[in-house]
This record gives sequence, structure tokens and C-alpha cells, in this order.
Amino acid sequence: MKFDRNAVSTTTAGLAVALVVVIVAAGAYIALSGSTTAKVTTTTNTVTSTNTVTSVSTPTQLQSSSLDGAGSSFVYPLMAAWITQYFSVHTNVQINYQSVGSGAGISDLEAHTVDYAASDAPLQTADQAKAPHALTIPDAIGSVTVAYNLPHIGTGLNLTGAVLAQIFAGNITKWNDPAIVNLQTNATLKATLPNQQIIVVHRSDSSGTSFTFTGFLTQDSAAWAKEIGQAKAPAWPTGYGSNGNSGVAGFVQGTHYTMGYVELAYALTSTPKLTLVAVQNPAGMYVLPTQATSTAAATALPTLPAGNANWASINLLNQPGANTYPIVTFTYIFVYQELNVNTAQTSGKSAAGATALVQFLWWVVTTGQQQSTTLGYVPLPQNVVTLDEQTIQSITYNGQSLPTT
Amino acid sequence: MRLSRFRGDDAFKLVAAALAASVLVILLLMGYTLLRSSVPVLERFGLYFFTGTKWNSAAGHEIYGALPYMLGTLVTSAIALIIGVPISLGIAIFLSEMSPRRIRIPISNLVELLAAVPSVIYGLWGFFVFRFFLADYIEAPLSAYLGWIPVFSGPVLGVDVLAAGCILSIMIIPTVSSVSREVISAVPNSVREGAYSIGATRWEVTRNWVLSYARSGLFGAVILGLGRAVGETIAVSMVIGNAVGPQALPTSLLKPGQTMSSLILNLFFEATPGTYEFSAILGVGLFLMILAFSINILARLMVTRVLKVKGGAVE
Repeated sequence: MKFDRNAVSTTTAGLAVALVVVIVAAGAYIALSGSTTAKVTTTTNTVTSTNTVTSVSTPTQLQSSSLDGAGSSFVYPLMAAWITQYFSVHTNVQINYQSVGSGAGISDLEAHTVDYAASDAPLQTADQAKAPHALTIPDAIGSVTVAYNLPHIGTGLNLTGAVLAQIFAGNITKWNDPAIVNLQTNATLKATLPNQQIIVVHRSDSSGTSFTFTGFLTQDSAAWAKEIGQAKAPAWPTGYGSNGNSGVAGFVQGTHYTMGYVELAYALTSTPKLTLVAVQNPAGMYVLPTQATSTAAATALPTLPAGNANWASINLLNQPGANTYPIVTFTYIFVYQELNVNTAQTSGKSAAGATALVQFLWWVVTTGQQQSTTLGYVPLPQNVVTLDEQTIQSITYNGQSLPTT
Repeated sequence: MRLSRFRGDDAFKLVAAALAASVLVILLLMGYTLLRSSVPVLERFGLYFFTGTKWNSAAGHEIYGALPYMLGTLVTSAIALIIGVPISLGIAIFLSEMSPRRIRIPISNLVELLAAVPSVIYGLWGFFVFRFFLADYIEAPLSAYLGWIPVFSGPVLGVDVLAAGCILSIMIIPTVSSVSREVISAVPNSVREGAYSIGATRWEVTRNWVLSYARSGLFGAVILGLGRAVGETIAVSMVIGNAVGPQALPTSLLKPGQTMSSLILNLFFEATPGTYEFSAILGVGLFLMILAFSINILARLMVTRVLKVKGGAVE
């Protein structure tokens, strides 16, 4: 088929130019008009952490190491801050953390494809069998908030664990269900709860945040305990699944009449701020998740096992106190006690690599704790720091103990 | 000299045969790995894996039924075909029969540009832009007027089976339309001239003569599009709502669902080799592969047996 070559190129060029002009004009319009409706606001959703050098103080040892961590998206904002801060002081140690979810982090630990894993769920019996001699090091305390998006309604909806279990099981479907209305103390709130369906948002990936939240629902609702139970990837009877804490936060923020659970740091740092539920604690008070109420849960700690023992039953849910938020959890770092098992990783290849990992972990539980508060987490109480220090000091490479500073 | 040339030919034949065989070997290896890894879950749950709807990986409550995801894949692909194939055929007919010659190449290039967009961009655009359009202008009236029909009941969110089907239909348009366009262009002009000579109108010529002549080729184009729709992962998982278990059954267009590929995407990160969950995920992958193969085999069977292949038509 013969065609006029000149005609084609002019037309193609003309169409291409028109397309570019349209795209640029649309982009300019969107950028200039700004978003007023709760449509396209999102929370940042980077998956890997980037290391930007903020300040270089004293250069330390010259051997460069590259460490890999993976796991919880719950701790990701804090982990990213730690890595950046640590890199500014130890520019030879590059740490890469992938926020793939606690379940994936634990799988990576078992497969020896990471130097350390982060998770909000402690190692269960099955995981302990697959990751023998793994140490549990709590590195921060955080809480799981329940966020919702109701137009014209602010923060402070009161809910109990039992009602939350019903909502997430799909048994309570409307915002103005009597079970919800009767819990409210604010008269305007009581009157303005809309006759709309509750759109439940949960995690689509395997998550320690889900583990903590379903743990709370299991403790507060016998029906939930029987039907669904506590799991990193529970069989949600209803709702939409989103990837990562940031996915759930973004979904709730962008859509009306949604309710989902997100870690406190994500709730506090998203713009605009998410509206949060005041959950009833064992003392009967409705408590909003804040740093103060999360710290209160850490003051009356259960007795903690040693770093190399079984942490499967440890949790900070429903702690006593009038001003305690009930859905609080440790977030853990798991690492092998004898690092030479990480044959493909930096920490398993040489003593220097192992030392780099140990020193990073030491820094996290000591100096790093100062970063926790600014990002919405709770710093570890001193007795937990002491326990962690003992655990980290027990890490060996080829049987040799490693320097921590 | 004659001997060395003979050896060179032989070597070349061997290399070419090895390359062709390597494709077969890769396919067989993939199939074998999937089959071997799915055996544990199939042994334990048997037919329930294909007919059951519950999916729970919690220790002590383990049960894996993949029916909702299989149906989800079929339903989203069907929606993609229902929406995408008429549009693609329209584009193909327009470009090959009716458009002025000057704009034929630029427009076809632009349509093929749609294929160059990475599928994750489709997912992003679908989640952040398209779903609001879908929710406000299509799902809201659908739910308001036809919401009493079970297949249209559900919240108007734009994140559901219908949204996934729509995104998939956009993704298959370039494939189906470009192959259809070539197929229609390959119809010899004598067919058209003969039709015009007996007084057929333009539409009649196109519909009764050109399209039926190119039937097998068009069917092949549709199957290509279906193949892409069945395998599409990231774009679907961003807009389909990621439901799990019995509620993932695609009973309604406006409810969240799950396809086989989006399930694998959501779950494979946490899958530890040796667990039943790992085996179940690979079982779903095995079934997805079998489905894709059967679609292709079925297409070939239909093309050669049911539709008579006419001389000159592109298969």
C-alpha cells in the first residue's frame, strides 16, 4: 500500500504535538487548581528506603558493608529514619530495608535472604522451627489505630472491641447501626451518623499490623476468636484489601464511609490527618490513640522472656490503666544468634559484616530510640533496652562475640 | 570445502533445533515445577481446591479453595472482551476500510501506543483517576436504577470487578485492534469489489463479506486479547478490591473480587516453601497456566475445525 511519506510525518507530528499540549495543559490545570475534595490525596508510598546523606560527622571504619532488612511496614517510617540517621554517622554502612510486610520478612529470615527481619508479630511455633536460634529484639512500640472517613464528622468516634469485631466481620453494616450510635457520648455525633454502608478496609498482604489488630479482636470478641482468630493474613469476611499500611491509609483517606486499621505513625503523618476511633480499654474509658496513651501501655509491661526464648504469647494488648490505649504492640527485629548461617548475606560472610549488623542493632535500641517520638512511635522503656542489649551482646560470628560500638 | 559447508549446515540445523527445543523445555520445566509443588495441597484437599470457596492460612484452620479466583479471572476477562472487542473491531474497521489514508498510520501508531504503557501505570491511573469517573458516571446510575438486580448490587466505589474489567478492556484494545486491522486489510480487494458489484452497501460489504472472510483471523485476535486479560496482574490487583474467601465470588459487578493472578501477587511474598499455603499458591498458578494453554488450544481447534480457513485469510 503506497502512502505519501511527507503527509504521514506531518500528520503524525501534528497529532503528537497536540497530544503533548493536551497532557501538559491537563497537568497544569490539575496542579494549579489543587485538590479540594478527598479524592486524590495520598500518603507517600515508597517501598525501598533511600539513603540521603544529611550530615557527615566523623568517618568511621573504612570497610564498607551493605546490609539487607525486610518486613514490617508498621515500623517502616521509623526504620527509614534510623537508616538515614545511621548512614550519616557511619557512611560505610549501607542498609536497605524493604517494607514488604511482616509475613514476608519472616519468610525472608527463614530463607536467609536478609540480614535481619522486622515484624510486629512475634515468631510463632512453626516459624521458630524454621528459623532456629533466632533472637527476638523489640525495637519500638507502636499502636494500631482505627481510621475512618466520614464527611463532616471529626475524630473521636467511640467504639468497643466487640463492636469493632462485628464491623470487621460484616455483621454491622451501617454507620448508624444502633450498636454504634449507643456508644457515642457526643450528641451531635449521635445524630449525624449517616445511613450509609460501612466500607471495611483491611490489608491484602500478610501483616503484623493485621496480627496485632486481630489479636485485639480475638481478645474482645469470642465470636471473632472462634470464627477467624488471630493471624497475619486472616480470612477477612468482608471489605477491601489494600497493600501496606500506606495503601490502607490512602484508601481510607480517598474514599468516604470507609473504616480501616493503620499504624499510628501513618495516621499522624498523613495529610490531611486521618480521623481516628476512640477505642474502649479494659478500664471502660474510650481512649484516642496518641503517643501518651500508647506509652501508658508500656509502663505496666508483662514479664518479658530472654531474647532467645519464645515470645509467641507476648503482647501489649488491653493493658491496665484509665488512659491506656488498648491496641498497642511491640515491633521486633529478628536476627540469628550465630550469624554465619547467613551465608549469602553480608552479615554471614565476614566478621566485619557481622559487626556492622550488631553495631547497627545496638545503635537502634540505644541512640535510635530518640527518633521514635518524633515519628509517632513510643521509645522502649529502660528495662526493655537493657534486655535488648543483653540479647545483642549474645550475637556471635563463628562463635566469637562481636563489639557493639 | 564441500565437507566443511556440509558441517556448517549441520551445525546450524542443530543450533536452530536446540533453540526451538529450548522453548519446549522451558514450558515443560515450568509445568513440572508447578505440578510438583501443587501436589501437597491437591493431595490434602483434593477436589475442594477447585470447587471450594474458603481460603484460610491460619495455623490450625488451614483450608484452601480456589474457585472464587478462577471465576474472578473468567468474569473479569469476559467483561474485558465484552467491552474491548467491539471497540477494537470498530477501530480496526475504521482504520482499514473507512479512514482517509493520511491518518491511517498515525492513528494506528497511537492505538499501539496504548500497548506500550506499562500495566502498573494502568493500575495507578485506574486507582487514582479512573475509578472516580467509573463510580460517579457509570456505577452510580447503574446502582440507582438497576441495583435491585443481584449482579448490579454493591457499594459504588469504583474498586470492584467492573473496574478491573474496564481496565483490562483498555489494555486489550491495542492487541486486538492491531491484529484485526491487519487481518481485515489482508482480505483481497476482489471480495469487496464483487460485493459492491452486486449492489451491497458499505456496511453490508464490511459485515457480510469482509468480516466473514476474516473470521478466523479475528477470532485469533480476540483470543490474543483474552490471553492478555487472563494473565494481567498488577493493574487488576490495584482496582479489584482484593477480597478473600467466599466473598471473592464474583456474584456482583460492583463488589470487590480477586483473580488468580492478583491472589498470587498478594500472597506470594509471605509464602514459605514447604507450607500448604505455598503449595496452594502454586496450585493456583498451575491452574492459571492450564487455563491460558486451554484458551490457546481451544482457539486453534476452533480455527481449524469449526471455522473453515479460507485461502488468504491470516490465521
